[in-house]
Formats: sequence, structure tokens, C-alpha cells
Amino acid sequence: MSVTLRLAWRNLWRHGRRTWLTVGAMVFCNALLVFLISSQLGSYAMMIDGTLGFLTGHLQVQEQRYNEESKMRYTVPDGIAVAKALRDSTGNPAIAARGSAFALASSEDRSFGIQILGVQPQFESAVSTLPGLIDQGRYLQSSDAAEIVIGTVLARNLKIGVGDEITFLGSGRDDSFAAGIATVVGIINSGITDVDRAIAEIPLNYFQSIFAMEDDVHSIVVKVDDLDKVAPLKKQIQSQLGDSSLTVLDWNQLQPGLGQAIQADMFSSFLTYAVLIVLVAFSVLNTQLMSVLERTREFGVMTALGVRPGQLGRLVLLETAIMSSLGLLLGCVAGGLLTAYLAHTGISLDAMKEALERYNIEGRLYPQLSIISLFGGPLIVFVGGMLAAIYPALRLHTLQPVAAMRAV
Amino acid sequence: MADYQPAAGILFTLAWRNLWRNHRRTLIMLIAIVIGVWAMILFSSLMAGMVDEMVRGGLRTLPGEVQIHHPDYRDDPSIANSIDAPQGALLERLNNPPVTGWAARIKVPAMISSERANRGIQLLGVDPAQEVSLGFDPTNIVEGRFLEGPDDKGLVIGRKLAERLETRLGKRVVIMSQDPDNNVADRGIRVVGIYQARLQATEELNVYGGLETLQKMLNVDNQVSEIAITGDDFRQVASWWPQIQQATGPELETVPWMELDGYLESMMKMQTSFNVIITVVIFLTLSFGLVNTLVMAVFERVREIGLMMALGMRPGWIMYQVLLESIILLGLGLLLGNLLAVATILPLEDGIDISALAKGLEMAGMGSTLYPSLRLSDMVLSTVVVLVLGLLASLLPAWRASRYNPIQALART
Amino acid sequence: MTAIRCSQLNKTFTQGDQIICGLDDVSIDIEEGSFVCLSGPSGSGKTTLLNAMGGLDKPDSGEIQVGDKRVDLLGKSDLADMRLHSIGFVFQAYNLIPVLTARENIEFVMQIQGVPTAQRRDKAIAMLEEVGLADHEDRLPSQLSGGQQQRVAVARAIVSGPTLVLADEPTANLDSTSATQLIELFVALNRERGITFVIATHDTRVMAYCPRLIRMEDGKIISDEERTGKSGELQPQPS
Repeated sequence: MSVTLRLAWRNLWRHGRRTWLTVGAMVFCNALLVFLISSQLGSYAMMIDGTLGFLTGHLQVQEQRYNEESKMRYTVPDGIAVAKALRDSTGNPAIAARGSAFALASSEDRSFGIQILGVQPQFESAVSTLPGLIDQGRYLQSSDAAEIVIGTVLARNLKIGVGDEITFLGSGRDDSFAAGIATVVGIINSGITDVDRAIAEIPLNYFQSIFAMEDDVHSIVVKVDDLDKVAPLKKQIQSQLGDSSLTVLDWNQLQPGLGQAIQADMFSSFLTYAVLIVLVAFSVLNTQLMSVLERTREFGVMTALGVRPGQLGRLVLLETAIMSSLGLLLGCVAGGLLTAYLAHTGISLDAMKEALERYNIEGRLYPQLSIISLFGGPLIVFVGGMLAAIYPALRLHTLQPVAAMRAV
Repeated sequence: MADYQPAAGILFTLAWRNLWRNHRRTLIMLIAIVIGVWAMILFSSLMAGMVDEMVRGGLRTLPGEVQIHHPDYRDDPSIANSIDAPQGALLERLNNPPVTGWAARIKVPAMISSERANRGIQLLGVDPAQEVSLGFDPTNIVEGRFLEGPDDKGLVIGRKLAERLETRLGKRVVIMSQDPDNNVADRGIRVVGIYQARLQATEELNVYGGLETLQKMLNVDNQVSEIAITGDDFRQVASWWPQIQQATGPELETVPWMELDGYLESMMKMQTSFNVIITVVIFLTLSFGLVNTLVMAVFERVREIGLMMALGMRPGWIMYQVLLESIILLGLGLLLGNLLAVATILPLEDGIDISALAKGLEMAGMGSTLYPSLRLSDMVLSTVVVLVLGLLASLLPAWRASRYNPIQALART
Repeated sequence: MTAIRCSQLNKTFTQGDQIICGLDDVSIDIEEGSFVCLSGPSGSGKTTLLNAMGGLDKPDSGEIQVGDKRVDLLGKSDLADMRLHSIGFVFQAYNLIPVLTARENIEFVMQIQGVPTAQRRDKAIAMLEEVGLADHEDRLPSQLSGGQQQRVAVARAIVSGPTLVLADEPTANLDSTSATQLIELFVALNRERGITFVIATHDTRVMAYCPRLIRMEDGKIISDEERTGKSGELQPQPS
């Protein structure tokens, strides 16, 4: 082993307590970063899946103008067949066609304007969690029965329950008068008031007949099980659709707020991390500067022996690198263990229940340990520490051997 | 040897000069503390500004900090569940502080139809003067005008709604709702004003008509769906809303905003714990450097400390002197950090433009400008935490300094 | 062939608000293989002259030639190279790196010099043998006596086979026995390897071994004597 390495190592332990305190700062910061970043990523995943899982899905095929202005006549022709074709070609079974229309819904006592969705009962549960949230009664089964499921708040507002009838009036695709009567077969309770106040679903074929859609639908919803699959799948579907007036939208376009909310959160977190890393860097700066200053005489002798200032500077950087590596290693181990444990048991989120309801996150947060979350933060701390050592190392370039050896 | 009792002044002078003996080290530590304190206050201010925005936005949407309804209204917001306009004792309360504004309004679900489209909306029958006292900003009107009185026969809709309905200022639309007997109540109305709101969702939802006009349409006399009340500080609501409740009486439901929107309240709770956590975490990161600095300073002065002890200085005074060094360092850092915070945050209180993230903020209930809110409580919190925890961290090195054996200390080279 | 030639060296320092004359028009010739003492009280300029010869400090004016190189004209890198390979230094104190053992202190210099790893260990031990400390190779400086530390410093100074060794008050912290041992080591190296020694000292024990004694005072050379006689018993000639 080179003498220089041995020298660097032993120099660090000349003042053991000082080195340990500096390493300690790095370990603390690193462990914290591992935990925080993993939790962040875990919460984002929850947020995205939670929000999209309800209704939006990860991708939607629509007429290219539909997202901007949701007019009845901007349709996907032959929607059910297209959905089936996509299921076959991509091998993804979670693809379902939908129609959407505004209607005035009336019960015996009340009337409300609502948005009615026409869905494919046998495929809808693959792209949406709502079918699984039926509280009373059952979900839709047949594709053309005159049945409807509604949210629990809507049911309350209309003063109806399972078995009652709802009349709805609206406009069809060709602006014609659309009317229908459906029986409530199920009531959905998602736990989120905004959703339960607005949701109403009827079978797609029934929808198409009422609203004069013929074979058209308004969107084809695609759900994936892994966010990384979204981009390639989008490309695949787009190429399959070719140059038609249809387009594929991903969730960033369907719910721009979601991606941006995550960005906003990431930005503010990074600000916090940056401050912590700067503080650790200052710690390293202080330690290394002191270490250099107290060895002035020794460095003077080494220069007299013919060691170049550049080599002395590298020695200081080497010492810093050893210290930072220790901090990195121990920090990753400590942080990794803590996070792995919490990833297993989860962190209770009851304290923030209502705040998270908006994103449909509930229960427990499971931090996601990944290569990025495990090493990302600590690596930046490592770099910060090395940058902090530049000043002390540079000071050695101006070392005057004679003055140095006279130094107190 | 007589006990040497140094005056506090001497100890302070010693501490001060000792700090500056190694000015580089002291300076670096000082800068680190300043940055840490500044960051503590900055983050708290940003968070406070964000939560304030969110809550105020939420309160504007509710609207109001206290609402009075018919006991069944919240479950079934129909015109059938209406209450009388305020009178008597209640009116008295509403016209006096701490209430700064109130509005009695009709608020029912309805449908609006233009030539081209239909939409479900929330129909509001209002007295414009009352709405303004509640927080409606007349400058939000982008075309036409707001209502001119409770008997105004026009309609004011949101810009996004106008888009969706493909209608314009001056055109007629049809409003359709239910009267208390479940009969259809509808009316053709001209659009006299178009407003914009912070959130597009609001623009699509809220439609304003004259209170008396709508009362006639819906077949109710002088009844309203809710009375919305606002005071000056939403954080103080708990102190005055019970009085409103008393004046309202047991037959009606009086609810403060904390109950109306759980999301807002939990955001405020999160804010407090966030502040404490961030302050402690930043301090802990600093603490390693602080202890290191003190340990290094003490170590360098072993012989000197031995000398002082040989001269008769008591161990307790040694410890006190080292602690003084720490206090001075922390105090200076706190002073400069707080000053820096005030200097940088106050100008920013005019607002930081973050419109690039507009949609995401809308989802969280915020507008596209961030107003950090510098609060004395945050500055005090950071000061207290840094001082108290800093002193705790300094105890060990200070105590060890006092434990040196003078002879051994002097013998060290 | 001359080992060192200095011509009209001048150097002044400022200390506080006083101007001190370090070297005042100093000229000197030293032949290869000489054993020279620079003596004089503190502040006489002997250390300054020594540092100038070794390229550690540049004079304000004048020329210095060591071997075939003009030291006063060399750049920092070249000076460092020269100190690495051609000149050995022994200081009064703090000669060794405290965290390295005796052998490692010598290996360290060799590593800087570029000696291949395989040879370093053996050569270091050989050097320690020459100075009589082979069985102390694994001791840290704090575990060696003052005299032993200086001897390790000498071993390190000569490991690259320099032609010149400059020593600045090497015996100042040593007792008589160690001092004598050290200086006799110098003499032996001078005789066996032909290394030129220039020693700055005001230790009379050391001066008794120097055939050439140069006295300095206030930056000037006031006398330059050649003496004859038995090494260790050399007496100053009556002036």
C-alpha cells in the first residue's frame, strides 16, 4: 500500500474526535437524505397511482380536439373494436372504452346536473378502482341494461337508494334530444366527497343508444402497472393508430396538475436538502482547514524535501476523500437499514389524513428504496465535501517553506 | 491561595478574544450558523406563506370562516332547506367586530343552458355589497359588470363557464332548478358580467344572480341557504364563533371553517410540525460542526487552561468561560441570521412568481404566486432552538475543559 | 569543480517596523566534498544563507550556483526537483512526519522521488543500518530519542544519494553524547561518500569538527578559516 495512503489515513486519526464528528455530520445527513428521498419517491408513487387509479388511467386515446373542448361530436370511431384491438396488440388487458355526457338527472324529489359516463362493465374494473368501491348493491354487469351506479353523496342529494329510478335528459352526439330512465343498482363510496358527489356510470352500449353515439366512444382508457411502461406504450399505441384524427394522451397531459404538484414538491425538498448539504460542506471545510493550518511546519519540511505543493494539496484531497467515503458508506448503511425497515412496516399517515385525502393516499406510506434514493443524496454530500476541501488544498500552493517552518 | 473570582467582564473579554484568535475557524462556523438560521426562517416563512394562501383560498371558496345553515342543508343543499335572513340578536352580532363581513345568500345546485351546451352549476343569489364584504373582489370582473343590487336581473358567470357554454356577454341563458315543492323553477336571464377566479374550477361552478330575483324564481320569501361570515384573522376564529352560535340559536347549524374543510385544518397542523422538524434537523446538522469547533478550541489551549488553574481559577469558571464562547458564537450567528432573513424575506413578501407550476398548485389549492410570510414566532422558534440545543451541545466540551489536571495540562507540549 | 558558488548575495527582511539585513553582499566558494561550518549568533544570516543555497529562499540580488545549476534562476518546480534528488536537508527539529514510522519516513521521500515500490523497503532499511538504527525501523518519532530522530533525518536526507547536505542547527536540541554521535555520522558520510556538508550552527562541539569555519555577523562574513588537526579537536586559529 502506498505510503501516501497510509499517511492520509493516519493524519485523519491524529485527531480522532474531530474526524469522527465530521464524519458524524456526514453520516447524519446521508442517513436523513436516504430516508427522506425514499419517502418522497414512495409518496409520489402513491399520489400518482392514487389519483390516476380512480378514473383517469395512465393513457387515454381520444379525438385530438377532445381534451381541449369536450364536445359530444369529437369521438373515437368504432371505439369498442379499437379497444379490443389495442388489448390484443399490446397484451395489456387493462384497456376500456368510455363515453361521457352531461345530463340533468332527476329522482322523484330532486334534480341535478351531472356528468354521466358510459363504461364497459367487464373491462372498467381493470382501469378504474371505482367499480371495486361499491358500497350498496352491485356494479354494472350487462353492457346494455338500463342500469346506473352513482356516488353516495349524489344518491343522498337525489334522495334515492338502490332500486330507485333516475331519469336523465341531455343532448346526443348530433345535438338531438337524449333521454333515458335507469335503475340504480349500486352505490359507490370512494371516501372522497368530490368524487362521490359527481360520479354516475351506465353501461356503454346503453349510453351509445341513448346519446346517439352509434359505435363511437369518447375515450379509451389504458392503465399500466408500472409507471416506466407509460412512455413506450404511448409510442406503441400512437404508431398503431397512425395518422387518424386520434391522439394518445399521457397522464401528464390529462392531469397536468399532478405532475406539477410533484415537481413543486420536489423543488421545495431539494431546496431543503441543498441547505443541509451546504452545512455539512462547511463542517468539512472547517475541519480540513484546521488540519492543514496545524501542520504548517510539517508541510514546510516536506516542501524542503522536494515535495511539490500540488502533491501536498492532493494529500489533503485524499484525506477528505477517505473521510467522505466513510461518511458515505456508514450513512448509506444506516439510512438504508432504517428505510428498509420502514419500507416493510410502513409509516402511519393518520396525522395527515385529511390533507392526503385529496390525492387519495391513505393508510401507510411505504418509502421506496432504490439506487437513486440510496446513493443520490449521499453522493452529492460526497461531492460537496470534496469541493469544500478545495480551499484548504489550494492554500498549500502558496506555502512558503521558510515561513512555514518558522510558524508557530 | 485565595480563590480567584473573576468578574463577568473579564470572562466575556477572554471568551471574545479567544474566539477571534483563530479567526478563520470562527468565521467559517459563524457563516454556517448564519446560513442555518436563515434557512430555518426562510423555510418556515415559505411554508407559512403557502399554507396561508391555501387556507385563504379555501376560505374564499367556502366562503367565509363561519357558516350558518339549516341543519339538513349540508347533506341536501336544496332550496327546501332554507333559513331566514339574519335579524335581531344575530344581526346585531354580525354587524359588530370581530366580524368584518357577512353575506346572506342562496346557494343551490342548478343547471345552466346556452344554445349550445348545458352545465351543472352552483347558483348563488347574492347581495353584491355583502359579497364584497365577504371577499369577492370586484376587479375580478373581466367583462361587463358585477351585480348592482340584490334585485339585479342579470347573471354573472365565470370565464371558463362562458367558454364551455359557448356564450358571451349580453346573451341569454336559461337557469333551471327546483323550488321547495320540487317543481321545476326556471328563468331566462341575460349574462351581464363575466368574472375570472384563481381556480378554473371555481369559474365553472359559481354563477351569481341577484338575491331577490332568485328568491322570486325559486319561490321563497326572504329566505336564504346560508349565512357566511368572515372575521379578520382566520387563526382566531375559535375565540368568537361560539358567540355567533349562541346568537343563532339551537335550531340552526353554525359551523366554523375548521369543520367545514378538514383539509385546510390539517394543513395548518402540518405547518407547525414541519417548522419544528426543519428547525431541529438544520440545527442537528450544524451541531456537529459546533461541537467540533469548541473541542478544537479547547484542545489548543490545554496549557493555557492548566496555567489558569495553577493560578487559582476554579474549574467551574473554566467551564463557564468555554460556554460563554459558545454563547457568543451562537448569539452572533443568530443575530446575523435573523437580520439576513428579514433583509431577504421582507422584499419577497410581495410575491414570488411560480406560474410555471400553476396547474400543480391549483391542484393543491394555491394560486400561482408564492407569498412568504415572515413571522416573529418563526424567528423566535429558531432562536430558542439554536440557543438551547446549542448550549446543550456545548456542555460536554466545556465540562471536559474544566476537568483538566493543571500539572498534566502544563506538561503537554 | 566547485560545489557551491555564491556571488554578492543580498537579502533584507521586515519584521514589524524594523528592517533587518539578512545577507549583506555575501560571496563564497565551497568545493565539492568540503565539510563547512557557518557559525554565528542568532540573526547573523547563517540560516538565510543556507536556505538560499538550498533554493528554499530567493535572495534579493546576487548569483548562486550549485553544481552546474544557477539556483537563483530556477523556477519552483525545478528547485523542488533539485531538493528532491540533489540536496539533502536536516533541520533543528520537526524533521520527521510524526505519524509515520522511521522506515516509512524514508519510504515516503522515495515514493515522491519515484523509486519503484519493490526497492523502497530494502533501501530504507539499508539507510537505517548505515545510521545505526536498523532495529528501530518500526518506531514512531515520538518513540525515538532526539538524537535518534536526527539520525533518521540524516538517513532520509541521503537516501537519494545527494551530493550536498545542508544542516540547520542539527544539534541544538541534543545532549552532548547524541550531538557527538550525529556530527561523527556527518563526518563519516563526508569521508566515505564525498558528500559536501554545509552546517549552520553555533554549537562549539560541532565547530570542533569542521576543517573550514565561516563566521557571520549581521549578514556579513567576518572570517573564513581553514584549520588543520584532528577531527573533533579542531581549534580556531588565532586571527
